[in-house]
Amino acid sequence: MKKKKSITRAKWGYLFILPFFLCYFIFSFIPLLDTIRYSFYEYYRSGLKIVGPNFVGLKNYAGILGPDLFRYMGNTFILWILGFIPQIVIALVLAAWFSDSRLKIHGEGFFKVVIYLPNLIMASAFAMLFFTMFSTSGPINNLLMDFGIIKKKIDFMGSVGGTRTLICIMNFLMWFGNTSIMLMAAIMGISPDLFEAASIDGCNPLQAFFRITLPMIRPILSYTLIVSLIGGLQMFDVPQIFTNGQGNPDRTSYTLIMWLNNFLKAPDYGRAGALSVYLFIVSGILCFFVYQMMKDDDQDGSKKAAKKQKKLAKQLAKNA
Amino acid sequence: MRKKVISTLLATSMVLGLTACGGGSSDNGSSNAGSSSAGSSSASSASSSSEQSDGEASADLSKYVSSTDEGKVINIWCWNDEFRTRVEKVYDQVESTSEDGTVTKLKDGTEIHWTVNPNQDGVYQQKLDEALLKQADAAADDKIDMFLSETDYVTKYTDADADVAIPLDALGIDPNSDLADQYPFTKTVASDASGVQRGSTWQACPCLFVYRRDIAKDVFGTDDPDEIHAKVADWATMKASGEELKAKGYFTLASYADTFRAYGNSISKPWVESGSTEINVDQKIMEWINDSKEWLDAGLFDKNIKGQWNDDWNKAMGSKSKVFGFLMPAWGIDFVIKPNWDGKEGSWGACDGPLSFNWGGSFVHGCAGTDNAQHIKDIIMAVTGNKDNLITITKEYLDFTNTQSGMKEIAEDASFKADFLGGENPYKYFQPAADSIQMTTLSSYDQGCVELIQNSFSDYFQGKVDLDKAKANFEKAIKERYPDITAVNWPE
Repeated sequence: MKKKKSITRAKWGYLFILPFFLCYFIFSFIPLLDTIRYSFYEYYRSGLKIVGPNFVGLKNYAGILGPDLFRYMGNTFILWILGFIPQIVIALVLAAWFSDSRLKIHGEGFFKVVIYLPNLIMASAFAMLFFTMFSTSGPINNLLMDFGIIKKKIDFMGSVGGTRTLICIMNFLMWFGNTSIMLMAAIMGISPDLFEAASIDGCNPLQAFFRITLPMIRPILSYTLIVSLIGGLQMFDVPQIFTNGQGNPDRTSYTLIMWLNNFLKAPDYGRAGALSVYLFIVSGILCFFVYQMMKDDDQDGSKKAAKKQKKLAKQLAKNA
Repeated sequence: MRKKVISTLLATSMVLGLTACGGGSSDNGSSNAGSSSAGSSSASSASSSSEQSDGEASADLSKYVSSTDEGKVINIWCWNDEFRTRVEKVYDQVESTSEDGTVTKLKDGTEIHWTVNPNQDGVYQQKLDEALLKQADAAADDKIDMFLSETDYVTKYTDADADVAIPLDALGIDPNSDLADQYPFTKTVASDASGVQRGSTWQACPCLFVYRRDIAKDVFGTDDPDEIHAKVADWATMKASGEELKAKGYFTLASYADTFRAYGNSISKPWVESGSTEINVDQKIMEWINDSKEWLDAGLFDKNIKGQWNDDWNKAMGSKSKVFGFLMPAWGIDFVIKPNWDGKEGSWGACDGPLSFNWGGSFVHGCAGTDNAQHIKDIIMAVTGNKDNLITITKEYLDFTNTQSGMKEIAEDASFKADFLGGENPYKYFQPAADSIQMTTLSSYDQGCVELIQNSFSDYFQGKVDLDKAKANFEKAIKERYPDITAVNWPE
């Protein structure tokens, strides 16, 4: 009778999450390993003839690692950052407004729906829409001409800046609503007592935003950043449809996944696999950095306060 | 600590999950190139006298069929409803087609199941290739029995090594006697390297210069097809006339892509010679590049129109457009210009262009592994080898059909009029144009080469990159599309 009997229900928990892990293992993990395995093989189809798989070592990796890889990576980052910065700024402002109990915005639910709507449209449909609107004989050009704002039609998609800007606007429009709602939820999770107490102490809304809201929603912010970063690295549908898969002009809007997609068209599993592995490594590294950056090792602000006090003391000593 | 471990784990699994599923498929909204489709889907009233099937097949058919008993389901793969409407129209065994167009019932109870995938961007080929690779393992009623291919990639499927398209004589069709009335070039195109015909088409696609009559009158004082032909008789003459058009604010043609097929059809060697892994860019293609740049800089093309099958191109066929004409085959007039034209009917005319060339064409193949060899033979003969049926198709859908004598009759038929072309009979011009077409330089890489060279040099024409950069971009793109391509040779 040495055995200590305790009631543990942990096994039920494991049982309930088992289906997810099984699905993940079969549909994600095994293909993932296969991707890595095939990246070491010459394995493609030419017409109806299958070539390979023949083991070729790192040949696929060497073939892909060239100036093009960095160029397309650069394109991807530019497209992501130009879309992400306005997205996060606008989302923060909107979230702060909508969740501020003192502003009492009417029709809050309506606006929440409206800002989320663009996200419901399929990215490809959105890209087609923009493509038609901004084509040289499209409605935007005609409108600008009719109002006399421009004298000659603008070739939006013929210029690097035009194409990139439009892609970023699309990504911004599609995702700012989603981010706003997420941040709103985070802000509403903060105890109202904090804001009340702060306002009694004479804190203005701007201070409340920077001193209370932002630090409190940091975990969600980092989540948003990571999700957006991974989404950005995999940017595909919008530029693909918008530039007809070519990233024109001169491949300046050609993203990594568009490259991958072109490999998969043949399909060339070897080179596509190698590119995926590179992409995996890059996202892994970036996520590590973001995680490090956002990691809060100063939960209650005591370290910061101590630092400040020290600085103050130093200054006082200097003045004295 | 534990929290940290769990969150790290979750973050990792998130990254894994998200990066593992890169490279989804794309939807492409634009209409597909080089093919025509008909809206009408009237059920067939058997107007044909289909060849009586004799039941005797060549000895080697057994190699291509999985069963000699006719199966109950005929699976046909294609990219639009074009073939279906023609089968419904002229195959006398058709009883009815379901509302959604996916199943056609025949009188003997057999069903045709249509599998449709878009042609654009190689989607159709991708899906077809995958299905063909699985053909041996598929259940009898799931096996592909027939499939269609386009001129740009017909070679890939008629290849003797691939051996997926059944030779016509194995099906019991003798190309020399049964299809003697077809245009010889369509038969060459559908044959493998040793001359065995493995497919058949109901259309030939010679191109004409299709022009706006109002612009012709405004600039040249006449809209008579013969006089307009004199203005566009060859590239140099066309360019000189282009200056006259420009003086009045018109463009000769819409874009550089519109002339591509005229040059691309007369290349001296295939893009990729059989057995080779190198792309040869023909001198003709370089001429197209140089001429296109020259014409664009001279203002003979509309700078705003980049390529074909896009909104700007479609609008160039509208009444507000300043574009004089297009080089178009019969299907192009009926399915491309007509739906985009918003002015009076009869405002367009057609005459011979600077040279005759072929654009498009859908080939019908029997698929190895089928269990419906008899039906395949009947359908191929009904839709592509029966003169009366072909004339019916021409009258109904304005296709230029694959019957030399039939087209000659229509060309000489004074009562045949196309209202859209102001009562003109375009077959008068189509027919001789088709006679002079030769196509011997096809390769299975054509679709990629044709699409990508136009895309890559688009930047060059618009002055975004120099010639060498455009060449480099083409090399990159083509090697991405075809992993087995090792080099691209440019002419001196």
